[in-house]
Amino acid sequence: MRNILAFARGSLVLISKGSRAYYIWVFSLLALISMGVLAYIHQLQNGLIVTAMRDQVSWGFYISNFTFIVGVAAAAVLLVIPAYVYHWKPIKEIAILGELLAVSAIIMCLLFVTADLGRPDRFWHLIPVIGLLNFPQSLLAWDVFVLNLYLTLNLVIAGYMLYSLYHRREPKKSFITPLLLFSIPAAISIHTVTAFLYSGMGARIFWNASILAPRFLASAFCSGPAFMILVFLLVRRYTKFQIKDAAIHKIAELIAYAMFINLFLLGAEVFKEFYTASAHLVPMKYLFFGIDGHTALVPWIWTAMLFNLTAFFIFLAPSVRKNHFMLVIGCVLIFIGVYIEKGMGLVIPGFVPDVLHEIYEYKPTGIEVMISLGIWATGLFLFTLSLRVAIPILNGDFHIAPDGRGSHIGDHLFLVQAKAADPGEDAEQSTAASARSDP
Amino acid sequence: MSDKKKRDAKVFQLTRRKALKGLAAGASVLALPSRDAAASVWDAFFQKHFRRMTKSDLERVLARLEREYSSEFSQEVKVGATPPIEGVKYGYGLDLSRCIGCRRCVYGCVEENNQSRDPQIHWIRVVRLKKEKGTDLHYAEHYYNPNQVPEPGHFYMPIQCQQCEKPPCTKVCPVQATWTEKDGIVVVDYNWCIGCRYCMAACPYGARHFNWAKPQIPNESLNPQTHYLGNRPRPVGVVEKCTFCIQRTRQQPGRYPACLEACPVGARKFGNLLDPESEIRKLIENKRVYLLKEELNTQPKFFYFF
Ligand code: SF4
Ligand code: SF4
Repeated sequence: MRNILAFARGSLVLISKGSRAYYIWVFSLLALISMGVLAYIHQLQNGLIVTAMRDQVSWGFYISNFTFIVGVAAAAVLLVIPAYVYHWKPIKEIAILGELLAVSAIIMCLLFVTADLGRPDRFWHLIPVIGLLNFPQSLLAWDVFVLNLYLTLNLVIAGYMLYSLYHRREPKKSFITPLLLFSIPAAISIHTVTAFLYSGMGARIFWNASILAPRFLASAFCSGPAFMILVFLLVRRYTKFQIKDAAIHKIAELIAYAMFINLFLLGAEVFKEFYTASAHLVPMKYLFFGIDGHTALVPWIWTAMLFNLTAFFIFLAPSVRKNHFMLVIGCVLIFIGVYIEKGMGLVIPGFVPDVLHEIYEYKPTGIEVMISLGIWATGLFLFTLSLRVAIPILNGDFHIAPDGRGSHIGDHLFLVQAKAADPGEDAEQSTAASARSDP
Repeated sequence: MSDKKKRDAKVFQLTRRKALKGLAAGASVLALPSRDAAASVWDAFFQKHFRRMTKSDLERVLARLEREYSSEFSQEVKVGATPPIEGVKYGYGLDLSRCIGCRRCVYGCVEENNQSRDPQIHWIRVVRLKKEKGTDLHYAEHYYNPNQVPEPGHFYMPIQCQQCEKPPCTKVCPVQATWTEKDGIVVVDYNWCIGCRYCMAACPYGARHFNWAKPQIPNESLNPQTHYLGNRPRPVGVVEKCTFCIQRTRQQPGRYPACLEACPVGARKFGNLLDPESEIRKLIENKRVYLLKEELNTQPKFFYFF
């Protein structure tokens, strides 16, 4: 008990100390979070009428973000497989960062779903026994289940590993290995179930395609790892934590394969729709070309296509992807490209035209954007804090004191001078911020 | 739809309902004990699922709702929960060749069923179609507004909940807030719906509507004769839909749905599908029947004649 307290106290010390860049980053996130909370209060008071969603387009920006972030949460599994199935050492050392990302991402997913609910006060209806979960009929019930399962798994794995390392013990293999192995199908299941949630509806021709689940997986294995690479590059640059080039290049290589499959599957679908040119074509036509002058999504989807293709070529050639400047560009392009394609680009054409063929063009309102930014900031905030504790532990700078009572925080350089972990998604911005904080 | 198929569907449904009931009974033992009516906010918060309520639970809930609505709308509001009638399954018929597109059914429904006037909710949508294009909804006009109907070269198709025999909307609901009653009516428990709108994505007919804001109904326009699963005033943030006027059609002797009574040309027909002598059965047997989006196998109990 006392050990846990010391651990918690030490973590608090770590969280509250850092470079100037760290403070700027954390407080900007807190500001965004407060803005999101205020916007959400406004939404609670007035109802979802403050969004641009209507009966014709009944899901919008929140569910788009949700769908995309479910994909990001997969990052972990792409690290876990080489690390623990093939025991590839360079990645084994960093897999835990992927698990921490998964935890933050799933929390964001749950927040996005909550923001979308008309009656968040009734969330307890989803809890089995006291509520009434429609299991196994409703795919949304499945989704709630697998998301929580995946969250718990990653929390337990990352928490246990870090806590063991803090105690300078080897994590118990017999306990952790089954959990790690189990997290692989769990990661795949969160995507599959989310895809099934859409593809199971005969009413929505745009989603009612069996290719949807494989496409989800392929694009998830692009966006999540791309984000991880950006984080790794930042961590490596601004902390003492060593991440080997080999690990980063391996992940980049995996992204190249995943992007190829993603583009191939997309091409297969586009071909089928446009060549057949049946009534099913309408939503896809809306997405890529617009119909009857309704073109809200057109510039976005072409941006996404351009970004994804460029990134694919960057990642394809080993010599190019090993150039870290190009690598950063590629990762940013992929992240944005998949965000558009798997977010609004997937959700909105399901509703436009609607089931009675009415066209209502959806554009999120300021409130929706503010709430969503708040949720993104929450996720990044949680991830930053978890890295702030995890990295010193992995470095061996934060561990139980030799007398076995308090905690020991070594390396004051790290706290005072050196640069804290700064997992900004925007590489340049945080680089600039950190440069300013250099002594 | 053949009779055999219909029967099969019914048997399936009955066994499923039984299973669910057993499950619900088992689980309700574990459910939170509801407190005495100290604060109705808490009563509302902890209110059980409609199908898990005991008789006395239900009476208390109905009394509380009557109290709330009566004070909100400054008049006596009745909230009933009349159960389905044995041996009855409702079916609706609509004669496309008679409909003149006047939308009287739409407004008759709004008044009977206490739909929100602001923002506007309509459970019935009448679309204008071109004769040469047939029932292809791609050419449907939703907001047609001529000085006079009918117009040459056009015909009209009112669309509302089809009370599907295999409703995709109830299948997807994560909390079973919407289900099919024994008489075939698909209902929503407005006090259990969490407002996720998954059912709206699943319904192929645009029949489900969401309360994006708190519904506004002027006091003098309220229909005070209501049903728990039907036309009682709805809270913000939940889904609602046509219930074949459950508050009227379940009465004995039964009354017709309001849209049928509002129709000036007699295009609308209603009756018991299980009674071989009923008007609706005779019409289905003798007229040419068109089912909307038949290919989706939702098996509507709403039959278009043409
Ligand atoms: S028409 Fe829509 S709301 Fe009505 S039962 Fe069928 S799927 Fe459900
Ligand atoms: S909106 Fe309500 S009725 Fe519809 S699926 Fe969600 S909880 Fe069920």
